[in-house]
Amino acid sequence: MITFSDKQLKIPKMSKPVYLVTGGMSKFARAMPEKRTEEICIDAMTEAAKFIDMTPAQLKKYIHTCYYGHFADHFGDQLLGESVIHDRLGLDPLGNCGVKTGGATGGTTFWEAYKTIASGYSDCALAMGWERMDEVPTDEGNNLISCAADKDWETPMGHIYTGYYAVMAQKYWQVFGKQEESFRKTMAEIAVKNRGYARMNPHAQGPMDITVEDVLNSPIVAHPLRALDCCLMSVGAACGILADEKTAYEMTDNPLRIDLAAGSHTLRVADRRNMEIPLLPNETKEQYADLGQRFPGGDRYPGFTGFLAARMASYYAYRMVGIQDPTKDLDLVELHDAFTISDIQTYEDIGIRPYGEGRTYVESGDCYHTNPNTGEPGKLPANLSGGLIGNMHAVGATGIMQIIEVGQHIWNRWGEMHGDEAKWERFDREKPKDWKNLQVHGAKRGLAISHAGVGSHVTCTILQHPDHVLEGGTL
Amino acid sequence: MKMEHKASAEEDSKRGTVKVVNGRYKPSGLFHFISPNTPIKDETGKLMGITNPRDMTFIHSYGGEAIFFESMGLGKLMASRCDNPDCESKGSIFMPFRIHCPDCLFKNTVVDITERAKKNAIVHSFMITERTGAFNTLPTPIKFVNVEFEGVCTILMGALIRGEPKIGMRVVPIFKTKNPDYIITDMLWVPADWPTEDLPEGYTY
Repeated sequence: MITFSDKQLKIPKMSKPVYLVTGGMSKFARAMPEKRTEEICIDAMTEAAKFIDMTPAQLKKYIHTCYYGHFADHFGDQLLGESVIHDRLGLDPLGNCGVKTGGATGGTTFWEAYKTIASGYSDCALAMGWERMDEVPTDEGNNLISCAADKDWETPMGHIYTGYYAVMAQKYWQVFGKQEESFRKTMAEIAVKNRGYARMNPHAQGPMDITVEDVLNSPIVAHPLRALDCCLMSVGAACGILADEKTAYEMTDNPLRIDLAAGSHTLRVADRRNMEIPLLPNETKEQYADLGQRFPGGDRYPGFTGFLAARMASYYAYRMVGIQDPTKDLDLVELHDAFTISDIQTYEDIGIRPYGEGRTYVESGDCYHTNPNTGEPGKLPANLSGGLIGNMHAVGATGIMQIIEVGQHIWNRWGEMHGDEAKWERFDREKPKDWKNLQVHGAKRGLAISHAGVGSHVTCTILQHPDHVLEGGTL
Repeated sequence: MKMEHKASAEEDSKRGTVKVVNGRYKPSGLFHFISPNTPIKDETGKLMGITNPRDMTFIHSYGGEAIFFESMGLGKLMASRCDNPDCESKGSIFMPFRIHCPDCLFKNTVVDITERAKKNAIVHSFMITERTGAFNTLPTPIKFVNVEFEGVCTILMGALIRGEPKIGMRVVPIFKTKNPDYIITDMLWVPADWPTEDLPEGYTY
C-alpha cells in the first residue's frame, strides 16, 4: 500500500510490560561438522541458563511456550525442524511454533514471544533461533538463499542474492553517494570497523584486522559490492527468555524491559511504488521538501535507496516506548549489516540520520565504540558484536544474537561474556593480545534491527534498563 | 571449485514431463534419479556424517501469470493494469505483472506494453557479477538492469545480455521466440539500436 489508514498507523499498546530475562549464544562458524543442530541449540540454551545462575533444567521449569526461528528448511533438509529441536530440548509437550521471515527470522521469533507474554497467554517464553548453512556446497547455498527472492521473476537471474542487493547499492551510490570515491571508502570503513570489533568476540566467525584498502581490493561479488562488503554465511544458534514482570524478577534481579515492532515491504524491489515518507518523531515533512534537489533521484521514496519495512518498524517502536531521537535516547545499536550499503541505508530508515545523510554517522565517528576523530566514546556505537559482517549470519539466530548482544551491554556484562578465557578456549579460538572490553559504559537503552530479504520484513527491538524507561510511550 | 554437472542429452531425454488433464497434473516418465549415500569421514577415518544426493523436479503453476510467461515466446511483453474505478490506484500499470491490484485486490486487466518497452525503457539501476549460485543458466558476467517504463509504477529486473549497463541508458527487450523456456530469461535486454545479427541464438526483437 502507498497510503495508510489511521487504523494501520495505530501505535501498538501492549497489555503488560515484557522483560528479557536472559539469553545465550553458541559459537558461530562457517561449518560445524562435529555437531548436530540440536547440540548447537543446547549450547545456546545452556549459556542462557548459566547467565542467571541456573541449570538448563531449572530454566526450563519456567518456560510455558516456545518459538523457534529457522529460516530455511532447505538448508537442513528437514521439514518441521522446530519439532526436532523442541524434542531434543526436552520441552514436549509445551506448545511451540516455528517462525520464518527470512533474515528477520530471529527478530520475528522474539516478536512472537513478546506478544505471547504481553497478552498473558504465557508468563515465560523461549525464543530460540538457529541456522546451519554448511550442509550444502556454497553455490547451492547461494541458490537456496536466492530462492527467498521471487522464484519466477528474480531467482532465475543468476541465483545469487547479493545481486538483488547490489542494484540498490548502485542506485544509492548514484543518488545519495553522488558516485563519490569518498562514499565508497565510507562503506568500506563499516566493514573494517565490524570485522575489527569481531576480533573481541569469541563467538565470532569472521574477525579480521583489515584496512579500507583491503576492502576496496577484495574480490568483486556483485559490482559495486566486494567480498569484504558482504556478511558471513554461518552455523550457530542463539536464544532468549522473555517473561512478565513477576516471573522475570523471580528468575533474576536484573531483567530488561523489551519492546518490539515490525514492518514489511514488497519481496521484490521491483514492486516498490512511490509514496510519501512516513516520518519519525525527530523528522519533519519540510526537511525532505527539497530532497530531490539536494540529491537528484532521491525524491523517489522508498525507491531503491530506502527500506520502508525498517522505517515502519521504527515508526511503531519509537512511539511505543517514547523515543524522540534515537541518537539521544539510545546508547548503542545492533544493525543488520548484511552489506555495508544496507547498513548505511538503515541509519536513515531508523532516523539515526536523515535520508541522504547516512554516511555522516560513520564519518563523524558516532558509530564507533571510541570515536576515531576525537578519542571520546562514540555517540551511538553500532555493531560492537562484529555484526553480520564480522560476527555471523546464521540467519534464524542473527536477530536474536543482536538482541542478546545489546542486552549484555545494558546488563554491564559484555566484558564478562566476551573476555572469559575459558570461552575462547572452549571455542578453540585465540584471544587477541590486544583484546579490548567494548562494554558501553552506562548503557541504559539499546536497539536491534532484524531485517529480511531486500527489506521484506524488519523488526525493531528496544531494550531498556528498568530504572531508565523512557516516558511518553504507549506502555 | 566447480561442482556442477550438466545433464547429458541422454539423461535429459529420460526426464519425465507433466501435462494437465481434466484439471489435474499428469506426470509421465522418470522423475527420481536415485544415487546412493556416501560417508563423510575426517582425516583419521572417523565417521562424521553422510551425503544425501537427490534429484527432484518441482511441478509449478503459473496460474494467472501464465499469459506473461507464454507471451514472451511470442515476442510480447504483457503487463497488468488496475481498472477498478473505485480504487485509489486506478490506472496503475504493473510490471512485474500482478494478477490482482495490490490495493483493491480486483483482478487486473492484461495490457500489452511491448511497444512502450521498445520505445522508452531506461535503466534505473544495475549490477554486474561474476559469481552465481548453483543452477544458473545465464552467461557470466551477469549484468542485471532494473528497467523503468514510462507510465508504469514499478521497475522490472532483467538481464542485459549485450553491452555495458549505465544508469539512464535506453534498453530494448528481446524475446526467445525460438524454443522458449517459458521462464523470465525468455526476455533479455540489449542497448537500444543493438544490431539484430548480434542477438543471442533464438532471441528476436
